[in-house]
Amino acid sequence: MKVRNGLAIASGALGLMLASSVSMAAQSVTLDIALPQLDVAEYHKPYVAVWIENNKRKSTQVAVWYDVDMREHEGKEWLKDLRQWWRRGGRSLDLPFDGLTSATKGPGTHLIDTQLNSALAKLSDGDYTLRVEASREVGGREVLSIPFSLPLSAKILPVTVEGKSEIGRVSLRLEDE
Amino acid sequence: MKKLSITTSFVAIAATLAVSFSASAHRAWVLPSSTVLSGEEAYVTFDAAISNTIFHPDHFAMNTDDLVVTAPNGETKETENSARGKYRTTFDVKLEQEGTYKITSFSSGIRAFWKDDEGKRKMWPGRGEAYVAEEFATSVPKEATDLRITQGSRRVETFVTLGEPSEKVFTPTNEGLELIPVTHPNDLFATEAATFTLLIDGEPAVGAEVEVVRGGMRYRNDQETISVTSNDEGQFEVTWPQAGMYFIEIGYKDDKAEKPATVRTGSYSGTFEVLPL
Repeated sequence: MKVRNGLAIASGALGLMLASSVSMAAQSVTLDIALPQLDVAEYHKPYVAVWIENNKRKSTQVAVWYDVDMREHEGKEWLKDLRQWWRRGGRSLDLPFDGLTSATKGPGTHLIDTQLNSALAKLSDGDYTLRVEASREVGGREVLSIPFSLPLSAKILPVTVEGKSEIGRVSLRLEDE
Repeated sequence: MKKLSITTSFVAIAATLAVSFSASAHRAWVLPSSTVLSGEEAYVTFDAAISNTIFHPDHFAMNTDDLVVTAPNGETKETENSARGKYRTTFDVKLEQEGTYKITSFSSGIRAFWKDDEGKRKMWPGRGEAYVAEEFATSVPKEATDLRITQGSRRVETFVTLGEPSEKVFTPTNEGLELIPVTHPNDLFATEAATFTLLIDGEPAVGAEVEVVRGGMRYRNDQETISVTSNDEGQFEVTWPQAGMYFIEIGYKDDKAEKPATVRTGSYSGTFEVLPL
C-alpha cells in the first residue's frame, strides 16, 4: 500500500496510487524497528517476528528474522521462543518462506517496507494490531503492539512505541519513494 | 478388564485403588522438559516419579513399564535412554512428526478388601503382588465380613507438541478416567481459561473432583490449589493464574461397577505447561 501526500489510502490494490493535487511525491508505509545495543556478557542477535492481527486474532505474517542459514535448519529449534508469534500462526508456516524470512539482525534500526506493504495489501478495511516480538538467546522476550485501522489515514502517522528491554523504538511511518 | 502383567509399584497402585478416593495419598507425575517445540525434529526428556511435592522427586521412582507414547498419527512410539534412579525414572522421546504426542501410563484392575474369620484385614492383590485378573476367583472369598470389591483405574499423562498442534491423540480409548481436551493442552497461557472434558469408560464423568496445583510448591507456603468439580457434561474449566508447570489430579467414584465389583473409581493425573503471554 502506498500513500501520496498524506491522503487516506484504502487497503488493497485499488488504493495503491492515489494522486494528490498538491504534490506527486509518492510515499509508502514503512516500519522501523530498532534493536538496542545491550551491554551483556553473551550477546546473540534476537529472533524477531512481525505480524498483523485482525480483531479476531487472525494473523497476516510480515517478517521473521531467525538463523536461516544454520545447517539442517537447526535455527528453527528456537522459533517457538517467539511465543506469541508461534501461537499466532508461526507454527503453521513452512519455513524458510520467501518474502517472509531473513537472517537475524544486530543492534541498529532496521526497515521493513516491501514486506509490510504486501501484507497490508492483502487486508480488507477494519481494525488491526501490528505486533513486533523479539526473543534473544540467553536474554529476554518482548512484544510491542501498534493498533491501526484500514484504510490507513496518513494523519495518524507516524505511530511510535518504545520497547523496554529487547526492542527499541518501533515506528510506523511514511517514507518518500 | 485386561490382565496386568506388570508389577506396578505398590505405592502407585495404592494411590489409585485405595478406598480413600481423596486425591492426596501419593502423586504420580510425568514431567516433560518442554511441551512446545519447533524445528524439523526435537527431543523431549521426561522425569517420572511419585512424590507429594509436585515435580520434586523425593519419594519413589515411577514404574514406566506400562507407559505408552502415542505419536500424532496415532501409532505408538518407543522411548529412548530410559533409566530408573532412586527417586525418578527418566526417558527421552524423539519427536519426528509434526503434531501432538501423548505420553500415558495406564493401569486398571479389581481390588478386594475383607476380614477373615479371625477379624484380620485382608486385601487382594496383596501388598507388593501383581494384579492377575484370573486369580480373583481363587483368591477372594465369595462371602466375608466387610467384603468390598472395587474396580479402579489409574492414568498418568502429559502432552508435547512439535510444530502445529494436532488432535488425533485425543481420541478416547473409553477405558478408565480420561481427560479429553477442549482447549489444546499445548496452547495454554497465563490468565486465560482452558476447558477439558472428563470421561469414565467413555461416558461423561460427572462430579469428578479436580485439583490443580502449580509446580514449585517447595518455594511457597500456600499450595494455592484450585479445586473444581466437573459439570453435568463432564467438563471443567481452569483459569491459569500465572505461567508455570501445573499438575492436575482428578478423582472419580460411582457405583456403576462391573460385577463382582460394587464401586468404580478412576484417577487421573496430568502435567500441563502454561506459558507467559
